[in-house]
Amino acid sequence: MCTYVTETVAVSGSAKGPDGWFRVTDGSVYFDHPVHAPQEHTLNIDFLAPGQGPSARVAVELTAESARALATAIESVLAQVPAGLA
Amino acid sequence: MSDAFIAETITIAGHGGDEIEAYSARVIDPEKRAGGVVVIHHMPGYDAQTKEIARNFAYHGYNAIVPNLYYREAPGASPDDAAATARAAGGVPDERLVGDVAGAAEYLKSLPAANGKVGVIGYCSGGRQSFLAAVSLPLDAAVDCYGAFVVGTPPEGMPLKVGPLVDRAPQLSCPLLGLFGAEDKYPSPEDVKVLDDALTAAGKPHEFHVYDNAGHAFFSVNRPAYRPEAANDGWAKIFAFYGQYLSA
Repeated sequence: MCTYVTETVAVSGSAKGPDGWFRVTDGSVYFDHPVHAPQEHTLNIDFLAPGQGPSARVAVELTAESARALATAIESVLAQVPAGLA
Repeated sequence: MSDAFIAETITIAGHGGDEIEAYSARVIDPEKRAGGVVVIHHMPGYDAQTKEIARNFAYHGYNAIVPNLYYREAPGASPDDAAATARAAGGVPDERLVGDVAGAAEYLKSLPAANGKVGVIGYCSGGRQSFLAAVSLPLDAAVDCYGAFVVGTPPEGMPLKVGPLVDRAPQLSCPLLGLFGAEDKYPSPEDVKVLDDALTAAGKPHEFHVYDNAGHAFFSVNRPAYRPEAANDGWAKIFAFYGQYLSA
């Protein structure tokens, strides 16, 4: 299926692409066909800097299971950060 | 007659007269009178596999063209980066799609070896857009390969702006061939039935096939969804259909 399921989010930080580090401003999260991963559908995340053109992009394609594990790990790490740091 | 064809990147006038990139695969022999096919790429973009589809049509004696629907957002970008940019921007507006297909159809009709007939085919999101083009433009044949949201509306809150088209069935300008997978959810076999019934009620000629053991994107040779049996039979049905409606 072509799910079209997409959420976009403003992000602030940096990502490393083929040309080195760049500041990212936007993120897309969607569950749809991957370009490269050997699954029919994956949870895909694009870190984007539209101001620097379409190629300013770091992409990941994760199985649903590993994407959930990643989300849990992110929340777990943030929960352990000393108060006032995050 | 020669079976030679040429395939190359060109520029055409799209919606609003915008210059957009396109991939043209066309017969060379000026004595031929070939039908034309506008190939609408899938949501993952204007990629190598879609260009191969255009070359397959040229191999079978058609003039084919693939307009790069993401060219405005991402000129010169790799197909996956362009698709990501278009997705983040909300997808291709319907009005622009129709204008780009109209420009591509005009290009095909202008070729020396053209017979004046033009069909359209699209895959995935392009399947919906093939139907959209066929209810918006005067065409001779249309093929919808598993286009989602011809029937039904995407869940709320999604940035992609696609709405249902089934109510426009009475405006369909040409015969429609629909190729679907029984295991697909978007469109589901129930969605396909709704469209089938709407076209029958409107008195529009159409031919639908729903393949068992196939889901979405069963034509995609480079993806796990590829189902050779369904794809091979689907290709045969496409050429029979175009042979009937796009010949001089």
